[in-house]
Amino acid sequence: MLKYLFMRNEDIPPGTAAVFFGFSSIVWFVLGTGLGSFNAAKLAFPDFVTGIEMLSFGHMRQVHVLAVILGWISMAFAMTMMYITPALGNTKLWSEKLGVWNCALWNIGLALGLFLLWIGISSGREYSDLIWPVDLVVIFGVLFPLGLNVWMTIKNRRTQGIYTTNWFFGAAVFMVIVVFLVGNTPEFFNLTGLTEAYLTWWFAHNVLGLWITPVAAAISYYVVPKVTGNPLYSHRIGHLHFWSVVVFYSTPAAHHLMAAPLPEWLKSFASVEGVLILVPAIAFVSNLLLTMTGKWRMFVENIEIKYTITGVLLAIPLNVQGGFQQTRAINWYVHGTGWIVAHAHLALLGFSTFLEAAAVYYGLQVLLKRKIYSLALANFHYWMLLIGFSIYWISMTIAGLIQGAGKIYEVPYIDVVIAEHPYMIARWVGGTLVFIGNIVWLYNMYKTAVAGTPIPAGRLPHELAYER
Amino acid sequence: MAFREYKIGVRMFAFALGSSMIITLYFPSVDMASVQATEYALKRQLAYGRIGGFSYEDPLLKGWGKPVTVTLDKDPVTGKPIEPTEAYVYPPGTPFPSGITHPRILGEGVEDLSVSVGRISEANKENGAVFIIREGEFQGQTVAYIENATATRGWQAQTTLAAVSDDARQYVGSGKIMFVREGCWWCHTLLPEQTQDWQYFGAPPMLGDFNGESPTAFGSDRKAPDLLHVASRNSSREWMKLHFFNPRLVQPHSIMPRYDYLWGEVDAEGNKIDYDRWRAEYDEYVEGKRVYPPEVPEPHPDSEARKLIDFMMFLK
Repeated sequence: MLKYLFMRNEDIPPGTAAVFFGFSSIVWFVLGTGLGSFNAAKLAFPDFVTGIEMLSFGHMRQVHVLAVILGWISMAFAMTMMYITPALGNTKLWSEKLGVWNCALWNIGLALGLFLLWIGISSGREYSDLIWPVDLVVIFGVLFPLGLNVWMTIKNRRTQGIYTTNWFFGAAVFMVIVVFLVGNTPEFFNLTGLTEAYLTWWFAHNVLGLWITPVAAAISYYVVPKVTGNPLYSHRIGHLHFWSVVVFYSTPAAHHLMAAPLPEWLKSFASVEGVLILVPAIAFVSNLLLTMTGKWRMFVENIEIKYTITGVLLAIPLNVQGGFQQTRAINWYVHGTGWIVAHAHLALLGFSTFLEAAAVYYGLQVLLKRKIYSLALANFHYWMLLIGFSIYWISMTIAGLIQGAGKIYEVPYIDVVIAEHPYMIARWVGGTLVFIGNIVWLYNMYKTAVAGTPIPAGRLPHELAYER
Repeated sequence: MAFREYKIGVRMFAFALGSSMIITLYFPSVDMASVQATEYALKRQLAYGRIGGFSYEDPLLKGWGKPVTVTLDKDPVTGKPIEPTEAYVYPPGTPFPSGITHPRILGEGVEDLSVSVGRISEANKENGAVFIIREGEFQGQTVAYIENATATRGWQAQTTLAAVSDDARQYVGSGKIMFVREGCWWCHTLLPEQTQDWQYFGAPPMLGDFNGESPTAFGSDRKAPDLLHVASRNSSREWMKLHFFNPRLVQPHSIMPRYDYLWGEVDAEGNKIDYDRWRAEYDEYVEGKRVYPPEVPEPHPDSEARKLIDFMMFLK
């Protein structure tokens, strides 16, 4: 990698930045889910590793969360942006060199930020835990260079229009920069009180709503038509999806604080807008599933489609939960329970991870010009993710319902802890399966790079007969 | 070739995102900025100090640059007995909370009384200050306000600290740093919910209860009891001591981690704490080879454990 950092831009082979981002994202995924499994073990067995400050739950929980969000998910996004944006503009990436530097600084910056968090240097604000100097590095050293590459590539495109995926990419990377700048103002300017609490959740909500959800969806707008060969079912529904994300997903931040003493008008407004999240959700799911018309056998036979469509199908329970659990009628029961933890993992480990994994699998094969080393291992990874996630989601949902009942009947809290214990063990088992699957994935991708069957120019990976 | 420039789309996007931000950021901040601070909000910001997370004065989250809460039963200058009064002592160099530096955030009435009667704008960081909370009349309404006792009564920070014994000092601000750094708030919320929780966890907070506090650390995932009013339910420092050292000494089913490392190297008498021996003896107790668990060491007055317990005792 080091040699590419100081090469002339023209000499760097196209796709280099995307390959580095792809492998970095997988490594962060392994680390992030490993931490998740370790944390889950501590919730199930509190004396598992004990009395060491650096390995206590309170020091590691936020490292897990940010390693998967900023390491795995966001780097997988950067990887897809580096190869999909130019492909859809029929051009090259604006600056391959900027992309390589972006990847290097991202890895270094994230490792540093997470290390600081790990030793306890935190802002004390959930999801924006990183201290403000690190936030500035993330904004100007990581997100802005990424955005610059995406915007300039779109500007230099050699096609007439801009395809759906690229609207999402260009807009989302702009919006996430705004969200980081505004969401961290409590730290930049020491804003206090409810303003601080509200901006914390404004940030957390919009990172999910204006970055993770739309970019994950945008990826599948590329992968499904590309791999199946079917055109996107409807460009118009794509429009509806895009505009409803901007309008409806950017407004309901206050629904994370339904139990807090925010102004009532704000909570009611957020709750109504929160239900309207179903508009982009239905547009997205129906558009993708209708694109599959006539190619449904690929859901079974093709690994990228299998991942993508699983992610799309998981968007259905995700948005039904997300749309309604934030209304006053339901929120009072599930707020602050394991139900929400299950929902968060449905969003990030279910819906979004499956869509990104598909694009990373597909992109690395195309860029390395090598077919996946072992389809059996890729299928093994798929089932480990799906089964591990399902165990996690179901057990935490049940635990959340128990907790909700305990909460409204105000039973002594320790009885809730006792009742949840089996589900805490199940959550640890599920998380560990995901972790093991990811180690296999890393091995599989490494072997693909060094020993995969070469793909001739002009062919797609899945068109090749499987040799092994 | 003339490409499509998406002029309409770009303007629509700016309009949509801009309107969204006006509704979700500008309107709420105007609304929340006009809230009047309650007595509870004044107490909290004075006890916690400027910032409860990473800051210039405390970059490593060790609890540096935080005020000391003391309970006075006599005037520190004249020595005359007074009603027991909670005073917030800012030794020289300790940064003030937002309510002192930007009184506007205290809201109508509280700001007026704190500035005119309480003389908080005369407080000086370099010299330190002592603050107390008083009640006064503003337009026929009783409101709590901050009084700068250094200006009004001549209570200097060092004299006030020297006038009380260590037992009467509470390191609440430093303790909140421990609470944030150790991630207590990942499991313990600081937000009894409005729809239930009244009986078990106490009254939910109100709109003006947070002015001047940062971070509020509400917590989002309640894996353990809410702590906003914990000291009202359990005010035993002894219980807290056992529970922090090893929660399973007092609650066998607890899944809370042990925080014995907050005791540091030595106990209250200055003897070195032998953690290996303690753990080995505790394991024997768990296996039934001992009748009683080993004795939990008394935390040193300067230890982080003591500060965290001080913070717990403040959450009433």
